[in-house]
Order: sequence, then structure tokens, then C-alpha cells
Amino acid sequence: MSTKKKNAWNVGLIAALLILLFLLEQTLPSSSMLFTVLKKGAIYALVAVSMNLLNGFTGLFSLGQAGFMLLGAYTYAILTIPMESRNSVYQYFDGGIIQFTLPIPVALIAGGIAAAVFAYLIGLPVLRLKSDYLAIATLGFAEIIRAVFQWDKLGPVTNGSNLLRNFPSFRSVVFPFVVAGICIALIVMLINSTYGRAFKAIRDDEIAAEAMGINLAHHKRLAFVISSFFAGISGGLLAMYQTTIQASMFKSAMTYEILLIVVIGGIGSVTGSCISSFLFIACSEWWLRFLDNENLYIGGFHVPFLRPGFRKVVFAVVIMAVVLFYRQGIMGTKEFSVEGIADFFKRKFSGKKEKKGGVSHE
Amino acid sequence: MDWMSRNLPYLMAGISVGGQYALIAIGYTMVYGILRLINFAHGDIFMVAGLIMVYSTTVMPIYIAIPLMIVVTVILGFLVERAAYKPLRSAPRMSIMISAIGVSYLLQNLALYVTGGLSQQYPAIPWINDTVTVFGATTKRVTIITPILTIVLVLLLVTLIKRTKIGMAMRAASRDFETSQLMGIKINSVISFTFIIGTFLAAIGSLLFFTNYTGVTPTAGAMPGLKAFVAAVFGGIGSIPGAVIGAFIIGICENIIKGLGWTTFSDAFTFALLIVILIAKPTGLFGEKVTDKV
Repeated sequence: MSTKKKNAWNVGLIAALLILLFLLEQTLPSSSMLFTVLKKGAIYALVAVSMNLLNGFTGLFSLGQAGFMLLGAYTYAILTIPMESRNSVYQYFDGGIIQFTLPIPVALIAGGIAAAVFAYLIGLPVLRLKSDYLAIATLGFAEIIRAVFQWDKLGPVTNGSNLLRNFPSFRSVVFPFVVAGICIALIVMLINSTYGRAFKAIRDDEIAAEAMGINLAHHKRLAFVISSFFAGISGGLLAMYQTTIQASMFKSAMTYEILLIVVIGGIGSVTGSCISSFLFIACSEWWLRFLDNENLYIGGFHVPFLRPGFRKVVFAVVIMAVVLFYRQGIMGTKEFSVEGIADFFKRKFSGKKEKKGGVSHE
Repeated sequence: MDWMSRNLPYLMAGISVGGQYALIAIGYTMVYGILRLINFAHGDIFMVAGLIMVYSTTVMPIYIAIPLMIVVTVILGFLVERAAYKPLRSAPRMSIMISAIGVSYLLQNLALYVTGGLSQQYPAIPWINDTVTVFGATTKRVTIITPILTIVLVLLLVTLIKRTKIGMAMRAASRDFETSQLMGIKINSVISFTFIIGTFLAAIGSLLFFTNYTGVTPTAGAMPGLKAFVAAVFGGIGSIPGAVIGAFIIGICENIIKGLGWTTFSDAFTFALLIVILIAKPTGLFGEKVTDKV
């Protein structure tokens, strides 16, 4: 298949997906769990892909994602709370000191930029560290950011440890899909560019990459800053989705969740991260929910152990099973594509056995 | 004297908390020394030890509950290693770390399910919970006991590692995993033994730690675990004296910060300290210098 034809297919698929979403929204009741899953899934897909850019494509093991999301979410919320509700939101701080609002897209990008600037600053010292040390240092920075945002003295800006609310949010499920889709497309373009190849070279062998003339410090910093930028944007989206935010939400447990999504999808696969984030959210929020119901009967049999919280235990067991037995994750390092599926069916029906997998190698 | 009596409680609390962190940090540092694995589940095993104590004291007297709690926790640590880490021995390091995060997630959710998300009242243990007065400062006896017990246990552990055969095997395994296998060391039993020691110390640590706090929640292990890990990195991961000294420094600093009225920043300060030390001395205070092989 030629590149042109492939692109046409992809554009067609995305358009079809958006139309499908739009139609779903018109037909299904808005309280359906499907929409919760789709909205949250899209946001997590974006942050998972941004983490994958760092962990999977550049080989930098960073655990600071929750901190960058916090920066994005707070920047977005602070810049968009309408003037008339500032007094009620910042009731302990005389309406806060920021007395202007920005349009939503500008505020989202500002959130990304705030995260990116901060990533640049902490990247200067931290990116010199290797593997586990880098992980623990970035985790530490995320915790520090969280503490600083809860500090009383910064209250006029961050509202201390109180909730931020009343900022604009989205109602349609199409919005997070469009924003996350654009961002993921940008990341994919980056990965396929010369920079992306340099990132992969660094992941595979730092010393060899350096010998080939790749500036290690520069490229690592670039990957770190870009990944944080998109984490910041997804933080802004998460704020919109949740309608209220608080610094205590962005714990390291959140980073672990995102890391699990990345690993389950396959480290080094963008589409894998997307698929697994929807699966992860659907399982944890929706499909297993029946397990929390205490009065579940199959025939006349009262199923034991079921009570609120059992869903999460089962979910954790499923995750452990995936981690132990499907080490490659859903997609491994492969990518999901139209071409791959077409190939797969062609082989199925023509009966020819080729060595190539069902999904194309990117 | 006035200054002394005002600040002594914070210092003592710091030393005591430091001792508790040290007991947890040893588990991290020993496992990292051999497997190069950040055992993210260690803090949650510590929390589970607290919960076992809570539930066992409701059905049996305390002098049976304490040994039982230690035994059950050790068995749990052993099982976690066998079930979640051993199958991944030849896998990339990333997978085994993810497995540790998975175990941590599982233990937390299990605790959430069992407790229903409510904070469980930790039983008051007689004698160590009594109030004593030192230099005009009143405190619980556990505050005095913790550092002493910690140092005794660490000395015993160091003797074990330096003088016994299994200790020698552990040192060999942490120096070079493959070669030690070639020399006839049964690596699986060495690793299991490491986990047993680590969880044993974490169980004692949880006994001392939760006595000072009123409740055990499913996420109670996360922060102490993270801080103990920071202590292990601070002291140079893989080194036992390093972990102990790091834990005491972090415990004391944290409580001094609290004493100054900066409670919001006590956790953040720990991480700031870690980052400063990592940048100044990337392998920690007592860490071995690693050289990259091309």
C-alpha cells in the first residue's frame, strides 16, 4: 500500500470514529458509563503516549508524570475560572491575585508550557542520572510540586489545599478525543522524524548513539520537555473532565497507574498505549462493576465475597496476570494499522503462511 | 535548658522515626543489592503487617499476636517473591519493577477490600506504649526503644552477613549474580532468605511505627515505604550501614522541619535532600562506584 493510500485510510478511519462518537452521543443517554470511559480513556491515552515517548522510545525511566499533570491542571484551572466566581472559589484568599481569564485553548496550551518549562528546569540536573536514580528523582520532584501547591503562602494563586472549581469543562465526548488526537498525532510525527530515530538510538545504546554524533544531553532534554508538555495538556483535560481539582489527587499512585497502562499496552507502541488505556479505564470503572454488587445471584447461587472493593481486587489480579504472563503487553513494540489488518485477512483467506505478524512493524 | 526541653521531643521523635525507616530501608537496600529491583511492594507489606496485627489482636492475646504477625508477614514476603518476582528472573529489569508495582497495587486493593476503606485502630501494646519522661520531655517508651532495637538488629544483621555462610552467599550474589551461580550458590534460596530478612525487619518496623499512630489505612505503607526507599538511595543503595544512616538523617530532618512549623514541606524536604545528594554524589553517601562497560 502506498503512503498516500495509507494516509487516506487513516484520515477516513479517524473521521468515521468522530462521526460515530457524535452519533453515539445523540442516541445514548448521557449518563451511560460508556461516555465516562471514553472521556477518561482519551485523556489517559494522551498521558500514556507521552510517558511512552519517554520510557518506551527514549529509554528514560521517569516517574514524574503526575507532577506534570498537576502543573497542567492547575495552570488551566487558575487561568480559566470566570471572574465572577473567583471570589467564591478563592474565599480564603480574597479572590486570588490573578484577575484575568484566558480562552480555553490558550489556557490548555499554557498548562502544557508550564509543565514543559518546569521539566526543562528540573531536567538540567536530573537528566544526568541513570535508570532507577532518574526514576526516583523525578518521583521526588512530583512529590515536591504537590507539596508546594498545597502551601498556604501560595494560596492567592493556587488556593492552598482547597478545591479549585467552577472552571469551564467539556460536555461532549468529542472534545477530549479531538484534543488528545491532535496531541498524539504530533507525538507520532515526532517519533517518525529524525528526532524520533535519535531517541530510539539513545534507548538502544547510549554510547553507540553518541558515537554516531547524537547530542545525548540535548535529545534527552528535548524528549523530557516534550513529554511533559503533553502530560501538562492531559492534566488540563483531566481538570476539565473532573470539574474540580485538588493537589492531593496527583499522588505517585497516579503515575504508577499510567506506567501500568503503558506496560500493558506494550512499551514502545503508541497504539498499544491508546488501546490499553481504554481497556484499563473500562475494566476499572465499568466492566467489573458488577463485582461490587453484594446481592449477585447466578441461578439460585449467592456468589460469595462480593462487596464494594472486590472489583479492584479482581482488577489487580488481572493486571498481575498480564504483567507475569504477557510480558510484551498487548502490542509489544508493534503498531496497529489498517495495512496490518488488511495483511492479516489476506493471509487468512489466501491460506499463505508468511512469517510477518498480523500487525505491521512500524 | 529551656531550648533543650522545647526541641528535645522533636529530636527524639526524629531518631525514633529514623529507626523505623531504617528497619524498612534495609529490606529495600538488600533486595536492590542482589536483584537490582526497587521493591515497590515493600511499603505495602509493611502496611499489611500492621493490618494483621489489628485483626489478630481481636481474637488472641497480644503476646501470641506479635510472633504470629511476624511469621505471617515473613511468609507473605516469601510468597510475593516466589509468585511475582521469581518467574521474571531472566526478564528485563523493567518487567520485574512493573511486577513490584502490580503487587503493591494488589496489596493496597486487598487491604481496601478487607478494611472497607476505614482506618483500623492499632492495638495499644502494653509496656512500650507507656509514657516516660526524659530530660523533662514526656514521650512514649517506644520512642526510646526504637533506636536501641534498630541498632541491635542492624548489628546482628551485619554479623550474619559478615560471619555466616548464607551471609557470604548474599555478598557474593550482590557482587556478581551469574558468577555466584557458577560457584554453586543456590541463588533462589539466597534471594528468598533476603526477602525473609527484609520482611522480618519491616514487620518489626511496622510494630514500632504504628504504635505511634492511631490507625492503619490501606495507603499507610506508601509514604513510609517511599521515604525508607529514599533513605536507602540516600545512603547508597545496596549498603546496609548507608541505609541506616540515611534513614536516621531523614527521620531527624523531617521532624525538625515539622518542629519549625513547616509540616506541609516535611515530605517534600525529604525528596529535595535526595535530589541534592543524587546530584552531588550520584550513587549516594556510601554507594559503590559503578563503571560503565562498553
